Formats: sequence, C-alpha cells, structure tokens
Amino acid sequence: MIDFPLARLQPQPAAVYAALGLKSGGSPSPRSAALLQRALELFRENSEPRGICEPVAAGEFAGIYAGRGQNALDTPLTGIFQRAASLHLFAFTLGARISHAIGLLFEHDDFALGAVLDAVASVGADNAGRSAEEWAERQAAVENSAAADRAFLYSPGYCGWHISGQEKLFASLRPERIGISLNTRFLMNPLKSISGVLVTGPAAIHRFSTVYPFCHQCKSPACRERATARPA
Amino acid sequence: MKILKQIAQCLEAGDDAAVPPLVSQALAEGLVAKIILDEGLIAGMNTVGERFRIHEIFLPDVLLAARAMYAGMDILKPLLISSGISSRGRVVIGSVQGDLHDIGKNLVGIMLKGAGFEVIDLGNDVGAEKFVAAAKDHGALAIGMSALLTTTMPVMKEVVERLKAENLSERIKTIIGGAPVSQGYADEIGADAYGYDCAQAVAGVKKLAEAVG
Repeated sequence: MIDFPLARLQPQPAAVYAALGLKSGGSPSPRSAALLQRALELFRENSEPRGICEPVAAGEFAGIYAGRGQNALDTPLTGIFQRAASLHLFAFTLGARISHAIGLLFEHDDFALGAVLDAVASVGADNAGRSAEEWAERQAAVENSAAADRAFLYSPGYCGWHISGQEKLFASLRPERIGISLNTRFLMNPLKSISGVLVTGPAAIHRFSTVYPFCHQCKSPACRERATARPA
Repeated sequence: MKILKQIAQCLEAGDDAAVPPLVSQALAEGLVAKIILDEGLIAGMNTVGERFRIHEIFLPDVLLAARAMYAGMDILKPLLISSGISSRGRVVIGSVQGDLHDIGKNLVGIMLKGAGFEVIDLGNDVGAEKFVAAAKDHGALAIGMSALLTTTMPVMKEVVERLKAENLSERIKTIIGGAPVSQGYADEIGADAYGYDCAQAVAGVKKLAEAVG
C-alpha cells in the first residue's frame, strides 16, 4: 500500500485549465477562477485516495503484458521493461464519492462546476501516478543506491498496450482490495482510477525515437516529453 | 431591440441571475417567446460558441453561459410549448455500452440545447438497440454517440449498421466522438459526422439537421 496524502495530489491550476482547453498563455475569467477554487474544495472534501503497489519480476510481467494477445505488434514498453531495474504493478483510485459529486452537479445543472471538478479529479489522479513514480525512485535510491534511476508509469490503453491488458494486471494485483473493479470492456470503476506498471531504471531506457503506427492517433502524446523532462 | 441585446450580453457573461428577469421584462414589453429565444438566448449562445471556437474563451465560460441560457429557457419553455413552436430538431445522445464516462457526452448535450435542439439523453452504457429504438420513438434527426474506450467503439458501428438495415440511415443521421474516436474511424464505419470536441459536435449536428431538412 502507498500512502497518498491529499496535499501531494492537489491539482495545479495550470494543469486543470489546460485539461479544460485553456490555451497556453491564456488567462481564465474571474468566474472560471472562482469555479476552480470551489472545485478544489470539493476535491478535498470528496477524495478518498487509496493505492496499491507490488513488485513483479520481468518474466512474470511479460505474461501480464502479453494480455489477450491484442497489443500492437511493436510497442515501446516491450523494449523498456526488459531493461528495467525493477517493476511494480500499480493501481490507484480517488474513490467513488468524487464521481458521485460530479454527477450530482450535472444533475442540478451546475455543469460548469461539474466540468471543472471532473478536470480537477483527473489531474489529481494523474498526480497520484506521478507520486507513485517518485516513490519508486526513492525505493531505487534506498534499495539499489540508484539515485539517478527514473520511474515512469505505463498503462493499458496507451502506447500500444491494449486495454484488455487490464484483465491480467487485475488478476495479478487484485485492485478490488482498494475498491476498484473492472467491467467487461476493461473500464475501471470508480472512474477516477489509474493502473499500470511502474518501470524503474536508468533514464535512458525510457527514451525511444520510433514513431509507432498508434502514435498518429494519440491525443495525449506525453510519453516522449516526460522522459526528456526528467533526465537522470 | 435593446432588451434582446441585454439578454444576449448577460448570457455571454454567464450571469444566470440576470437573465431570467430580463426575459420576463422582454415578455412584459410584448415580445413573443420565439423572438426572445432566437434573438436573445440563442444569439448569445452563438456568440459564445464562436468565441469558444476561436479560443477567446474556454469551456467553463461556455458552461456558465449555458446555465444562464437554461435559466432563461425555464421561463420561455411553457410559452413555446403552448404556442406549438418546436425546437430545431431532436437528437438522441449517449455513451456507448460498456462505457461509464459521460462528461463529454453531457457537454455536447448542454451545447446542443444551447443551440436550440431538443436533447434526449440516454445516459451511459447504452446499447445499439436502445439508441435506435429511442431515435425512432422520439423522431430524432440524429444519434450522437460517445466512447472513451477502444473496446466500446464497435457499438457505434452496430448503430450505423442497424440504421442501414432498417432503412433509417437517410432519416436518422449519426455523429460520433470521444478520445479514441477519429474522423478516420467515422469514415470507416460509415458514421455521418465526427466531433473532435463539443463545439465541433454542435456544428456537425447543425449540418446534419440541414441535410435531413
């Protein structure tokens, strides 16, 4: 289990505004800024963060990663995880209450606040991923004296890892223990949940230059930037 | 008319407290509900939509304006119904079966209402049969489907095929959207339109409405 203090998940205003479509350099209206403050309060009131993380051997992970055999033929993670110093399966949820709060706001036609809270919660969940990466890096520094190692979270549904990969990931990690379930289409419930594998190793293993066929359709291409933004 | 301009301006500012009294004032001045709707509320939302499209404002501002529109519509709706004035058309929307994400779909619904359409929101986890049945029952001009998972996208194809099989594809159009969905996928399955975001979705439905006539 990893402890996730809310302060570490607190969404950054710029990230929330970006998630809502504010262009770089743009400034939100005073009313939008007020909505964000209220949404941050609701985030603190309604979040029930819980996460789990367990080490997994490369050989075992290869089987999990293969999933139902629906991954892209070639993926970046195939080469990356085999060079990792350590691997951890990971899942995190903000809990069901925050999704319920978002739904209620929409039901009561308070959709501006509902949309901002939704974006706040999404950024908060992403921050949990970042927080887990930092945890894995600290572990590497303590256990292997590898202070320069970098950890990144890779998730089913991205970078050629088919979303059906959730099935084996869940079978191994059992995130049901923290209240996350998977539906028949591999969607996590509660919605504000994330899962994947934390890959820790020298920064260089995370870099790749190949442009894969699925990259052309990707609407969240942060995979390359994050590896170069956090060099060893 | 000055009052209509005021309504549009307050709506653009997202002032949901100011719009209802202005609508009431316009009615008291003798303006008919349809004129207040078209030249006050929808005119204001059109401006908001255009400013959103060119990135002058962003999503929360649009939604605040939509809430102000709803507040004005609460007053006008009974009058429009009693006058027998219909909307620009009905659109059935939903997130496809297996998908519980509904924020994007909700935003499209809000903006469609703001553009003068009547929206029948089926919620999330909606199967192909239910989409088609609802569109037939409500006499909808279009079905709008949202998916956030590649595993749920095939439901969109099922809807398109079902409409074709029932010879309804000329009368009921389809528009699709969501994170993994693309124009290419819309072309591949034979959907009539694709919306990258909620503004594009509304523009797409407007075109479909014109096509259906």
